[in-house]
Amino acid sequence: MEARKDFFLKKQKRAGEKEHWNLIQKTNDDLLSPMFETGRSYYVVVAVLSLLVLAAAGAWTYQIKTGIGQSGLHPPIFWGVYIASFVFWVGVSHSGTFISGVLRISKAEWRRPITRIAELMTLFSIMVAALFIFVHLGRVWRFYYLIPYPNQRQIWPNFRSPLMWDAAAIFTYATSSLIYLYLPLIPDFALMRERVTGWRRPLYRVLALGWRGTQTEWRWLGMAMRIITILIVMVMISVHSIVGFDFAVSLVPGWHSTIIPPYFVVGAIHSGMATVVMGLYFVRKIYRLDGYIRLEHFDKMGKLMLLITLLWSYFYFVERQVVWYGKIPDEMTVLDSILYGPYAPQHWAMIAFNSVIPLIALSIPRFRRWPLGLMIVGILINIAMYIERILIIVPSLGHPRLPYAWGRYFPSWVELTILVGSFSFFLLLYVLAIKFVPMIAIWEEKEGILHGRYEER
Amino acid sequence: MVEYRDQNAPPGGPYRWGMVIDLDRCTGCEACVVACHAENNIRISGEEEASKGRAVNWIRIERYWEGEYPNAQVKFMPVLCQHCGSAPCEPVCPVYASYHTPDGLNAQVYNRCVGVRYCGNNCPYTVRYFNWFEPHWDEPLNEQLNPDVTVRSVGVMEKCTFCVQRIRGAQQTAQKEGRRVKDGEVTPACVQSCPTEALVFGDRNDPNSRVSRLSKDDRGFGLLEELGTEPSITYLKRIK
Repeated sequence: MEARKDFFLKKQKRAGEKEHWNLIQKTNDDLLSPMFETGRSYYVVVAVLSLLVLAAAGAWTYQIKTGIGQSGLHPPIFWGVYIASFVFWVGVSHSGTFISGVLRISKAEWRRPITRIAELMTLFSIMVAALFIFVHLGRVWRFYYLIPYPNQRQIWPNFRSPLMWDAAAIFTYATSSLIYLYLPLIPDFALMRERVTGWRRPLYRVLALGWRGTQTEWRWLGMAMRIITILIVMVMISVHSIVGFDFAVSLVPGWHSTIIPPYFVVGAIHSGMATVVMGLYFVRKIYRLDGYIRLEHFDKMGKLMLLITLLWSYFYFVERQVVWYGKIPDEMTVLDSILYGPYAPQHWAMIAFNSVIPLIALSIPRFRRWPLGLMIVGILINIAMYIERILIIVPSLGHPRLPYAWGRYFPSWVELTILVGSFSFFLLLYVLAIKFVPMIAIWEEKEGILHGRYEER
Repeated sequence: MVEYRDQNAPPGGPYRWGMVIDLDRCTGCEACVVACHAENNIRISGEEEASKGRAVNWIRIERYWEGEYPNAQVKFMPVLCQHCGSAPCEPVCPVYASYHTPDGLNAQVYNRCVGVRYCGNNCPYTVRYFNWFEPHWDEPLNEQLNPDVTVRSVGVMEKCTFCVQRIRGAQQTAQKEGRRVKDGEVTPACVQSCPTEALVFGDRNDPNSRVSRLSKDDRGFGLLEELGTEPSITYLKRIK
């Protein structure tokens, strides 16, 4: 009797293992398929995006040739779309670090299909953001004056300037987010090394760093990731605080505020989460990954977004409310122009898109399980966050303390072309990345299957 | 204020250049604006650029109206770089293009500037002007550029220098003769051209200079001095 029971259990276990093995193989195939199957529409998308990027590159070249006057800027508004875009893209880059970093630290199991999508966004958006520093410079051909290098004139950059802090922060963030993206890619690169043929094979052989998947290697990888995850979450908070300092440490009414740095961090996470939801929606839709990016993921993302929306609304309310209550004349001219003046339509649209609509929509449990709806909310939040950057920069600069110098600003076609080009560039990098890295971390997904199996026992 | 060691320091300590602007004397004739344009190689903006708000006037006359039309009164206020003792434009420059000279001038190093324009934002007086394009002068104005003054290229910030070329000239003459620059020996173009002598320039470290004496006037105030910028220009205005 005992022997029969034993035999039966062994058979059952074998069957389970076979099923498990099939599941793992299926995961490999499903998640690698976007890298091997390329439809015609893919090439069309790449071509269109490349054209838009080329147009922006042309506009930028024209601006460098003739002068930064091709922008709509003029005193007193010395910063405009370029700086707003810079802040916006740094904000979007908070998606990866916040979502993947915080979820990794908290060991949230549902992070698995989201981390890679988010981390890629971080790297690409910080690259686009860094580009805007150069687009913005009046004499971009002298950009190296901003780099601390030993030189004959013995002049060092001015480290008291928030812009230097900014340059250092962006550089740190770009480097660390590259490492943060790369580490969890190593096992996937090793898998691809085994699967791909042709010119990509030697590439992956180098990138996989000779990964064999031994127990020691996994332990080291786990340790490295634990360290970098904690570090990068701290870097993330500091980076957008420093971008906030660009404004907060100035004397400009509307900028000089202690809440700006933390408020910037929250705003950045807000737009970052919105972008991740958009990415999740499109990756899932186009590559039919419904089995991996499931409704529960949208539901949980929706809850996180709801939390950040509440946080953002709270910060925004506090920032405006103290100014409004204090009635300091210089600050009030800025606030009046935003609340009731020429910037009122944009402002109230921003409040609706950023706060009211997400709060209502994301509070409804059924809405959170509707990917398209969540994606639309993501687009609205991103539009609103861009308006919000413009509203921080333009009305404040447009109302200096001496009313004689007041001014208005509207971006020129060069600025708008470069803005569109920046979005295209981000998308292009993303679309190209689909062919080089799996959009979902395969080993993490498989690890999840294993965890699930142990839990079942 | 930070003290600097200057090996060419004049006898009796460094200078501190400053100005007094008597608003009760200003008639708003804009002679100072024209003189400044002629002296400092200020580019011609042209109608189109000026309508975009890009006209360059290192010194400008701000007009403020009081009252409604039949009883309207116009107030004039010449505004130029205040050469702040604690200038908001200086710490924010990432490349030290905006810096403070030992004699209290707020200087702009054109060939160091990369054009991030933070100084322009942070200046509460909005007296910094940017070269949006390569500067140009219509014929024959291009023949009468001042050889003592740099022509600024595209992409750099510029602003009032207190006619630093004149100050340096007078300082060198005085140094050769082993004395301090005498009061009234240096006059920036705007001061020189003011028909009502509303503008006075001189050394604030010399207690007997006209600037020092006038700035002690009861009517004196610093423009937006509540911001702690320590402007070098004292405005005089009788309060009715």
